[in-house]
Amino acid sequence: MKGAVRLLLQRREAGIAVMIVLFCAIAGLIQPRFLSLDTLRIILLLVPLIMIAAMGEMMVLVARHVDLSIGSMMALAAIITGLMFKFAPGVPWVLGFVVSVGVGAGLGLLNGLAVTLFRLPSIIVTLGTLSMYRGLVFIVSGSRQVDRQFIPQPLISLSQTSPIFGIPWIIFIAFGVALLAYLFTMHTRVGRQIYALGSNPMAAPLRGIRVVPVTLLVFSLSGALAGLAGILYASRFGYVNPSNTGAGFEFTVIAAVVIGGVSINGGVGSVLGTVLGVLLLGCVSAALPLLGISAFWQNAIYGAVILIALVIDRTVRQSGDASLAAARSAA
Amino acid sequence: MSHDPTPPSAVTEAAPARPAWHVALVRPETMTLVLLVLAFIIASLLSPFFLDAGYILDSFTYYAEFALVALVMTLLIISGEIDLSAASTMSLTSCLFAVAFQAGTPMPMAIALSLAAGVGLGAFNGLLVIGLQLPSIIVTIGTLIMYRGFAQVIAGDKSISKFPEWFVGINYRDLWGIPVPILVFTAAAIALALLLGTTIIGRQIYQTGTNEIAARHAGIRTRRIKFLLFVMMGFTAALAGLMTASRLASVRYDLGLGGELQMVLMAMLGGTHIFGGRGSILGTFLAAWLLVIIATGMTVANIQANVQLTVMGTLLIVSIIATNVIYSRTQR
Repeated sequence: MKGAVRLLLQRREAGIAVMIVLFCAIAGLIQPRFLSLDTLRIILLLVPLIMIAAMGEMMVLVARHVDLSIGSMMALAAIITGLMFKFAPGVPWVLGFVVSVGVGAGLGLLNGLAVTLFRLPSIIVTLGTLSMYRGLVFIVSGSRQVDRQFIPQPLISLSQTSPIFGIPWIIFIAFGVALLAYLFTMHTRVGRQIYALGSNPMAAPLRGIRVVPVTLLVFSLSGALAGLAGILYASRFGYVNPSNTGAGFEFTVIAAVVIGGVSINGGVGSVLGTVLGVLLLGCVSAALPLLGISAFWQNAIYGAVILIALVIDRTVRQSGDASLAAARSAA
Repeated sequence: MSHDPTPPSAVTEAAPARPAWHVALVRPETMTLVLLVLAFIIASLLSPFFLDAGYILDSFTYYAEFALVALVMTLLIISGEIDLSAASTMSLTSCLFAVAFQAGTPMPMAIALSLAAGVGLGAFNGLLVIGLQLPSIIVTIGTLIMYRGFAQVIAGDKSISKFPEWFVGINYRDLWGIPVPILVFTAAAIALALLLGTTIIGRQIYQTGTNEIAARHAGIRTRRIKFLLFVMMGFTAALAGLMTASRLASVRYDLGLGGELQMVLMAMLGGTHIFGGRGSILGTFLAAWLLVIIATGMTVANIQANVQLTVMGTLLIVSIIATNVIYSRTQR
């Protein structure tokens, strides 16, 4: 049975990989310019922020929760960090990472506390904090943007300079986070407990899993990674804007994660799948302008993709249940 | 944070009957009413404008569309589902209306098209949730993004206006001194309160949300009820979209952006139970006025709309917690 589940998961990720190849082939046939190093560069610069936040959202979904406040947490962490750079110019730029990740983790912890202490549905709690944190961004910044001259140059350089092969640092950071997320979810006790919790929240405490701490950890991680995405936003775009930064980001991230085969019903999902999902989304976004499709289509496509992924997830789960039942009756 | 939360209040066998005053007063609507009175007193201390009924009625017209949708949302949440895509439905249906009008479709046709589209979009949500048995909360997040995406596709980022004279300015028209949007909202509230409180279908909605499996065993067509509620939601959202178009005299893809928060907030502030089975139209009706007074009060106090978001978000969470506490105290 373990083999069957693994096969299913493998097939799932292989399926996404095939979709990426097919999509690129078709896009390349229609517009040969798509298959160029330039496009690869565009895609690779599109994905780091999404990938980092997607790792957090993936763990939240695996634990059978949803975090809608990612974009707002990212903006709040970024603006606080930006304001620190603005009003304390002497501060070492690396400290920005500590502040941004710390603020994000705190905000995520708050989400987790509301969800666990009062046993509320996470989707409604984070719909509330989505607005609450966004409002706080306007309050702390006085509705003013943190401009380029206040962002430390070494931080901006992370998105422009490269240690090797002309690939900017920010991409290495994103893949580094993905690698750590892989090690955490697959090879640590707590990481596996997230899956156990999401697969069966009722059984988890009976197997000695401490539901509240694990849930709090998952939400804090989601916040911390949103915070990391926040400071990298400042690096990548060179400013932090109270209304633009992270607006609608949560939907992009959720779309990427569900494309990657993470189940909205908890317990299922992998880092590899999520990475592939993010890459597929990156390919689609990069291809739209080249194929002459208006950027207005982007949201419609994201929404449709989420729905399609839900339907596929449903079908896979049904056939999974059926094969499980067959295996049981055969045994 | 290592300790476990307190266990859910254990339901003891044969709890003593609650005294009549307890039943009558310890309910979420009372909380809403008390808050409404408090908000009114604070607001009128803040600004004498609030003592003028005309000012409050005028302010309400800005929220009447969301409030109208919130009424149907209340029914949907009581039945155990939710629709977060309503504000996007408003946007897509009104963009369809505006684009059709611009292309030379006669107004009545364009209006009919928009309402029909609302029914279709609601039915699509219903189909995904009921037909494919997907969780409504996540399905409607998908359609929230998709519907507004389609609105963007058909209308671009231009705003469409120049509607005929008779169509625009619904909020400036009144009957017996009451603006039309408020009349529509009130009439809908009375009709839905009667539906929920006095008809068999109303009781079936409560039963569906309390325990769907038991309801189905009792012969209630829960799936049909939920599907019809989704359709009703889509239709109401389209109507609200047209009302917004009339009030603003223009339509853009960002019409009603973020409205889902206010709709859910009105239902929650009115004491609708997020897990279904409980709630009332009276609660949502009062909560709509409460929200208008809070929002207008903040505007009068010179608090920016963006900053008001924080208050709305906090209110949402606090109101769910408060409602949960009240319901756990009044286990029936």
